[in-house]
Amino acid sequence: MNSSVIVFPGSNCDRDVADALTKLQFKNKMVWHKDSELPKSDLIVIPGGFSYGDYLRSGAIAAKSNILKEIIKAANSGCPVLGICNGFQILIETGLLKGALLRNKNLKFISKDVYLKVLGNENKFCKNFKKGKVIKLNIAHNEGNFFTNSDHLKELEDKDLIPFKYCDKNGTINESSNPNGSLNNIAGILNEKKNILGMMPHPERMIDNLISNTDGVELFSSILN
Amino acid sequence: MKFAITITLKKDVLDPQGKVVKQTLQGMGMNSLQNVRQGKYFEIEINEKDEFKANNIVKEMCDKLLANLIIEDYKINKI
Repeated sequence: MNSSVIVFPGSNCDRDVADALTKLQFKNKMVWHKDSELPKSDLIVIPGGFSYGDYLRSGAIAAKSNILKEIIKAANSGCPVLGICNGFQILIETGLLKGALLRNKNLKFISKDVYLKVLGNENKFCKNFKKGKVIKLNIAHNEGNFFTNSDHLKELEDKDLIPFKYCDKNGTINESSNPNGSLNNIAGILNEKKNILGMMPHPERMIDNLISNTDGVELFSSILN
Repeated sequence: MKFAITITLKKDVLDPQGKVVKQTLQGMGMNSLQNVRQGKYFEIEINEKDEFKANNIVKEMCDKLLANLIIEDYKINKI
């Protein structure tokens, strides 16, 4: 399978994602944000980091870059797109995913490992996870506080478009297991067609026991199958 | 033609920065303070003589880039 990882001048998780994909036998290409052509891809990843100084709102300027026009076209024709952290913020700003990512409730940059509950596995990003499984991934962000209007929130909940919610190690989803103030503890959302996933936690950081754990592997392996 | 654009968070959106500013002002003894909401301000110059057309251009800028309408409202004033 061919994957493309998009690179902005401030991306800093691009090589981690590329390593994760290569480890899982994807044929990966790095794509510069100024490029106006996208290689043939079975998966597009917009990685974490920073883009355009995150002026205006995180991801707002990046969402208007050359390569994003191609990504929007590919996404609308069904290509799987994964946005992690700043990538999630960029996807929101393109309108491919709805909602907003506000400053963390405590106004602090949060970098720590958190527990997530896999709520829905009936999508191409999560099918290798057991439904209800609690996984541990890393978060590192300043604007990860997901917000949306009540109609969209209802749509997300009713249509099974929230694959991950923040929880504690026993899987309890409540305010004390919510690191950043996200609405309903939401850590990631899908679009209605379920081919676009945006998430704040970093699955690419959890693919090797040597440095962390392997809880992120199933996300990438799901896409392979 | 020059316009002033003020972007504010919608009423029901949490504004942690505004809240900290409010607490600080209260701590400084500003006892009559009721609430603080933080926003953004832009001054934009448009090369267009027709005010209606110019206003529409600024509106398009707000809708497409300057504001996220899920969380923010905007006001446009000619200056």
